Amino acid sequence: MSDTLTYLGVKFPKPRVAFFELTSCEGCQLQVLNNEATLLDFLSLVEIVTFREAMSERSDSYDIAFVEGSISRKDEEDRLKEIRNNCKILVALGSCACFGGVNQLKNRFNDLNWVKKEVYGDFPIDTQEVKPLADVVQIDLEIFGCPIKKEEVEMIVTNLVLGKSITHPPYPVCMECKANENICLFELGEPCLGPVTRAGCDSWCTNHKRGCWGCRGPAEVANVEQLEEIMKEHGFSTETLLDRLECFGGFQSQVSDIKNRTKEID
Amino acid sequence: MKFTCDINVKHLTRVEGHGNISIKITNGKLEEARWEVVETPRFFEAMLVGKHWENAAYICGRICGICSIGHTLASIRAVENAFDIVPSKQTDDLRLLLKHMETLQSHILHLYFLAAPDYLQVGSVLPLAKTHPEEVQRALRLKLLANDMCDCVGGRRMHPTRTIVGGFTMLPEKEELERFRNRLTDALADLTAAADLFQSFTFPGFVRETEFVSLRGKDNYPFIGGDLISSDGLIRQEDQYLEMTNEFCVEHSTSKWSKLSRKSFAVGALARVNNNFKHLCPEAQEVADFFRLSPINHNPYMANIAQLVECVHVVKDSITIIDTLLGNTWEAPRQAVEEKEGSGTAAVEVPRGILYHYYEFDQNGRVQKADCVIPTSQNHANIYHDIEELATQCAQSGKNDKEIELLAEMLVRAYDPCISCSVH
Repeated sequence: MSDTLTYLGVKFPKPRVAFFELTSCEGCQLQVLNNEATLLDFLSLVEIVTFREAMSERSDSYDIAFVEGSISRKDEEDRLKEIRNNCKILVALGSCACFGGVNQLKNRFNDLNWVKKEVYGDFPIDTQEVKPLADVVQIDLEIFGCPIKKEEVEMIVTNLVLGKSITHPPYPVCMECKANENICLFELGEPCLGPVTRAGCDSWCTNHKRGCWGCRGPAEVANVEQLEEIMKEHGFSTETLLDRLECFGGFQSQVSDIKNRTKEID
Repeated sequence: MKFTCDINVKHLTRVEGHGNISIKITNGKLEEARWEVVETPRFFEAMLVGKHWENAAYICGRICGICSIGHTLASIRAVENAFDIVPSKQTDDLRLLLKHMETLQSHILHLYFLAAPDYLQVGSVLPLAKTHPEEVQRALRLKLLANDMCDCVGGRRMHPTRTIVGGFTMLPEKEELERFRNRLTDALADLTAAADLFQSFTFPGFVRETEFVSLRGKDNYPFIGGDLISSDGLIRQEDQYLEMTNEFCVEHSTSKWSKLSRKSFAVGALARVNNNFKHLCPEAQEVADFFRLSPINHNPYMANIAQLVECVHVVKDSITIIDTLLGNTWEAPRQAVEEKEGSGTAAVEVPRGILYHYYEFDQNGRVQKADCVIPTSQNHANIYHDIEELATQCAQSGKNDKEIELLAEMLVRAYDPCISCSVH
């Protein structure tokens, strides 16, 4: 750790921070720059040594690595292992890094050749089944969301710098949505994964009358079977539920369960 | 002068995504000049197959973190065109307002965070916070305004929440729009100051003649839908987009390339300003005049100035749109959607150029085929041939490695490439 921060005379180490991106839209990194009001304060909290999207300087010596994106090629696995070796704390930044994100939707075909041909025809192109970071290296911390919520990132980084422990809420988005006094989207005729999705986004989408698609993965207390009942009661098909559950990869086991069950019935 | 240089830039910085530049000159003779795209593909067009139409915009908006609003709006328009849905005037106005603010956000990000550091001889915007605090604060203020307005109209600045097929899930408060009107008026002064800053930069005098492709303005500077035009004289309808894009694969790029009348063409702010200059508002034209930017300009580095010109245009136009919205009573935010078999195309001008989404649906409204043609993929061939020409000129000029490398990097950055978007 270089340089020091002082608050009320107490010294805190200023961590060297690096940002990296694998298969992704780079939106989560952009979210870090998107917090204009507090960006300069945030930047004074850490020393950013690598951030290719925003700066030309780079360094292989850093304490915290934020890695956005999922893995879809061998060279990305190698890069990730190198980053793991270089850092003390590895943070998976966003749903692609945590679960594969929308990128893993191509896995559902179980046929990479068809996927390649659909987009590139006969042109040879290198790709693998999409994997989250944790399939390749050990992850110290996950920041969920598509996109990540910048306030949450700043809070987490501040806690990291101060050495405080970081926990995610065990309850679902539904709790936050109720606390925000929104009308339940089911009452408005919209399907919603709020009852099963991990909170922490302050019910970002449902505050705007948009049903939750589960980008943060399952809450600890998620009861997907109960949600299936609610969806049925409100007239939504299993396909509608599956579209949302499988969108970001966080509900992979629940999706397999439902698909297997549906197959058995067929 | 005979000289030798070997430049290899792996993963160019201050651009979105992963691209490499290599230039090799031996004894004053150019041996190789390449622009390689090594980004991993995500296969969005395959992902959508079999999915119900309501997934399209939700998933495809995530092609890009910087222009997610543009992708979302293009996707929505393609679905609406397939289902013969005509959006209300109110929806059109709100969508254009949202688009304008994405343009402002993206252009300011590029101008100040990605491009300006080269002209001020620093590696990033970070040291500028100390040396040019007023300029950095101004950039943050403009970006914040744009992002706040995207939150207000689209629900969220990135991967918007309120935008849906048929309209919006909910509408902004009129009081919010009134407050934004004031901030937009203040932003014009900030943009004048931005023009002064960029006036102090020396833009490389490089020129290579090329073809420019954009939407064709009828009465307005065009952003959403309408005919397609090239500066070489081609005009096509929106659903004839394949005749304007002609995609093909090349071995050194995971992004497809495009061509039209020549071996390459360009899209983006410079293409739009070149093709639709007369539709810019007078204040934006004044900024263009201030930089001696007039159609048709073939200097790719002037794309930065074209972005600045567009910033003024979108701010002025946003004030007009807000005045219209404030003068009317709110109608319902959305209309009902009836799915049907068919296909739909959308052409939308996003910050980096013209973007196309195309979908085919079966009778249940499930995607049978999807196609997205991205602005940066249309620009790759032009970037490649620009680098070739730049390197050829440099081979004669006796510039050193560092100078050539910087010029080549600045050239690519001037296109503001969105590489992961181009590979999608």
